[in-house]
Amino acid sequence: MLKTFRLGGVHPHDHKISRNESIRVFDVPATVTIPLGQHIGAPATAAVQKGDKVRVGDVIGTATGFVSANIHSSVSGTVTAVEAALDGANLRKPAITITVEGDEWNPEIDRTDTLIKECALEPKEIIDRIAAAGIVGLGGATFPTQVKLSVPQGKVAEILIINGVECEPYLTADYRLMMERGEELLVGCEILMRALGVEECAIGIENNKPEAIKHLNDILAGGMYHKGIRVVPLKMRYPQGGEKQLIAAITKREVPSGALPIDVGAVVQNVGTTYAVYQAVQKRRPIVDRVVTVTGKSLARPSNLLVRIGTPIASLIEACGGMPEDTGKVINGGPMMGRAMANIDAPVTKGTSGVLLMPADESLRGREMPCIQCAKCVEACPMGLEPYLISKLSRLRLYDRLERERTADCIECGCCAFTCPSNLPLLDYIRLGKAETMKIIRARQAK
Amino acid sequence: MNETLIYTIAILVGLGLVAAVVLYFVAQKFKVYEDPRIDETEAMLPGANCGGCGFPGCRGMAEALVKNDDISALYCPVGGASTMQAIAEFLGKAVAEKEPMVAVVRCGGTRCNRARINTFDGAGSCAVEASLYGGETGCTFGCLGNGDCTRVCNFDAIRMNPETGLPEVDEERCTACGACVKACPKQIIELRKKGLKGRRVYVNCVNKDKGAITRKACTAGCIGCGKCVKTCPFEAITLENNLAYIDPAKCRLCRKCVAVCPTGAIVAVNFPTPVPTPAAQQESTVAAATQETKIATEGGEQHA
Amino acid sequence: MSNRIVAPSPHLHGDFSTPRIMRDVVIALVPAFAFSVFVYGWSAVFVTGIAILSCMLFEWLISRFLLRQAGCTLCDWSAVVTGTLLAFNLPATISPWLVVLGALVAIGIGKMSFGGLGRNPFNPALVGRVFLLISFPVQMTAFPDTPGVDAITGATPLAFVKGALKAGQPVADLLSANNVDLNEMLGGMLLGFKDGSLGEIGAAALLLGGIYLLIRRVISWRIPVFVLGTMLVFASILWLVDPTKYINPLFHVFAGGAMLGAIFMATDYVTSPMSKSGQAVFAIGIGLITMLIRVWGAYPEGISFAILIMNATVPLINMYMKPSRFGGRNPKKK
Repeated sequence: MLKTFRLGGVHPHDHKISRNESIRVFDVPATVTIPLGQHIGAPATAAVQKGDKVRVGDVIGTATGFVSANIHSSVSGTVTAVEAALDGANLRKPAITITVEGDEWNPEIDRTDTLIKECALEPKEIIDRIAAAGIVGLGGATFPTQVKLSVPQGKVAEILIINGVECEPYLTADYRLMMERGEELLVGCEILMRALGVEECAIGIENNKPEAIKHLNDILAGGMYHKGIRVVPLKMRYPQGGEKQLIAAITKREVPSGALPIDVGAVVQNVGTTYAVYQAVQKRRPIVDRVVTVTGKSLARPSNLLVRIGTPIASLIEACGGMPEDTGKVINGGPMMGRAMANIDAPVTKGTSGVLLMPADESLRGREMPCIQCAKCVEACPMGLEPYLISKLSRLRLYDRLERERTADCIECGCCAFTCPSNLPLLDYIRLGKAETMKIIRARQAK
Repeated sequence: MNETLIYTIAILVGLGLVAAVVLYFVAQKFKVYEDPRIDETEAMLPGANCGGCGFPGCRGMAEALVKNDDISALYCPVGGASTMQAIAEFLGKAVAEKEPMVAVVRCGGTRCNRARINTFDGAGSCAVEASLYGGETGCTFGCLGNGDCTRVCNFDAIRMNPETGLPEVDEERCTACGACVKACPKQIIELRKKGLKGRRVYVNCVNKDKGAITRKACTAGCIGCGKCVKTCPFEAITLENNLAYIDPAKCRLCRKCVAVCPTGAIVAVNFPTPVPTPAAQQESTVAAATQETKIATEGGEQHA
Repeated sequence: MSNRIVAPSPHLHGDFSTPRIMRDVVIALVPAFAFSVFVYGWSAVFVTGIAILSCMLFEWLISRFLLRQAGCTLCDWSAVVTGTLLAFNLPATISPWLVVLGALVAIGIGKMSFGGLGRNPFNPALVGRVFLLISFPVQMTAFPDTPGVDAITGATPLAFVKGALKAGQPVADLLSANNVDLNEMLGGMLLGFKDGSLGEIGAAALLLGGIYLLIRRVISWRIPVFVLGTMLVFASILWLVDPTKYINPLFHVFAGGAMLGAIFMATDYVTSPMSKSGQAVFAIGIGLITMLIRVWGAYPEGISFAILIMNATVPLINMYMKPSRFGGRNPKKK
């Protein structure tokens, strides 16, 4: 019996069209726009001015406070603007625009491909390097990694879980990383284990990626890596890549409501993040690029591209055969949790795991019908909530009743809306109610 | 047969008596004393339970009116001054005089003034759309047109105009309860002084983008040029973040600003005479303003 | 700039839809319908046809002219389901006017008066059926003879056993007096050779439909299994206490509307609880009340009443029986 989580979940078709496309290095664009807020938490503070010359890997934005991350230049050239730029949602957000001149790197960065396995750094030094490199959760949540690795006083990390689930349909960026950078990934695991002081590391991979499971197991069989690292094959089920669901699947421990993974002794890192940790600690290479899956049913060349941060998303689509005629929706991320983009000239950020082009006929939602109380949403909810109820309460603006229904537990995975036979926009309203509930909770805590 | 009947009646009567006695004692034990004036005050309030006073319903307002000695901070926007006066007399307390207010939709981005650049396909709610992205047009400040304001109105005083895609306030019905102001995620609706005979001058836009960006997104937006600020003889207009704002307390309704506004973002409603301006290009606005002698249609008029 | 579609996630949708679910229910009812056509001939087709058509007509009239709803509520197929289930609960020889009246009560009072699909607290078909049963008890219990069932004529097996219970006659005597072999009788009842309402007779055919619904994941096993299980347990206890007075527990599961009720009526989405634990409580309640009515109540059959009574408790169950929340289960930390 393969492991999986206890409650809810759905089974969307995985459509991993680009699974066999090796990672291609995408050309450095002519200009890049690097937003200062690419992570959860406070946006970084700009550290450069208009006219400054920067090299690849230079810090151009410094972290503002504990939950924040450094921003590095992904190109070499001249800063042409430090002002608000349009993001994918058509909103103006602070960003730094750089015109590219050549490709000169910060000399501290080791750009070779040689595998450096040994790491003798103290945990504190490792975390400092990670923080300096501006690493955030690259699975899409973009939570600053150094914060996750800083175990609070009185709590003990027992297991490191590497998230290789990639349960979002279409996306293959993490899968390609596991296939092509397996060794580096495992060194990354060792570094993270060292930083956390744990002896156990589980790499969770769903069974729709048997090659990845086999590949990593083959490397581990060589006996060159920490004996505590193991690959855990998981039964395919969305949203297994959710942090809490993954911990539940692998350890059978469920993070209580309002608690953090560390409360059950687990720390979860994404495959992409782990690879970035290897780069940052062993090569002193900050996040200047990331793997982005560009895919879609009618796209000519679905690909996995290694793209510099700040590259306009429209240029990626061009490089993969151009925007198909029938495109209705462009999604930043996967189809279940990604954000539909109103502006495709928006840049690739640290959280861009994929660009999905959806044909027009699949883009529009079905006609809304009355709720028939079928309880399919209750069945599908991986957090054991009652989406129909929460959605209705938020629609009626009865926000004070939401907290009792544990609205704040919602992980916004979209299983409820996916499964609803009446095509109700359940999650749209739940998200709204969740935001209101968080406001109520914060207001109470502030008192 | 008769016996059954007698038994049945006897048992039912007995049960009723027992229940009555129990209920009597329970009612005695849990009796809560309430000021009878609360009921009477509540009866004097309009009973709309709109929440415009800040209380969840008229009952809450009535309790506060009776219990607080100083009720000058309490005001029922629906009942207005007359209701407050009557309640004050009944309770023997003083109330503050307040000028009647009205909800004003500050967006002129009609369908023809603002081009759509994408289609929103989520839940039909402004709050949902606002939390997702900047909206269907290039203007990220303007009305989203899903009608959250119309759904919260208890008086049917604000409705969507399907032609302009903007909400319109019925001044006769609007009680200035403020429900729509709270519901609008873009803070477009403002409560303004109703003004003498309903005459008002205000900036019909909330766009804080730079002029060039605003101009590209909407033909009726405030571009922050500052002409109105210079023209105003009473210093009633301020310009902040590329957006002009007319202070209703200072404005004397001279309408000089209306004449100089290059985009028609400043509007005057309910004036019987045309805008006093020599400029010929204002003719269309003039025609619109004359038509608007009775009913204000905040949304579409500068386009008309 | 092209007109791009923007919407909040998720951007995918599963293959469930309300019309599909309703259609599946109709398909699942086909075997039972075919069986009653086989038994009762054209009258079964006639009654079912009238019930479906009048349900659809009333739904359309009410939504169009009373509720003034835009769009067509007929295409969600729910009126077809209500009509079929109503017909299945009527005797095959019933007067067509009563069928139309039943449809009017089912759709008008049972469903549309609450605001239409999804808002009715009670199962509409059962509202119609119980209305007819109380108003026209004679017509509603005049079941035509099912061919091949000669032993006990003129009454359903349940009514027959009920009569014996009331008279204080031991069941064993009753059976031997009428030369009935219990096993043979149970076998016949499972196949459907018993007297009863149009759709409830073919227990095996209904079971087949239930399996189809399970495979299509329209219903879950919980409600039917708990309803029938409770009935079986309850009847077994009575039977073990006094096997001469009470009949074999399997009889209760095969007799009357138990199958139809447990598989098609109790599982109605709108009128059943939302959480798994709530569904279990709901189903056990139905099983218990059915047996109470069958054994000690005034009516020989009680599942319609049992379902309606439990329907009334659903809001309460929904309030108190919450689904199992994530984070509740934690093995002791090492």
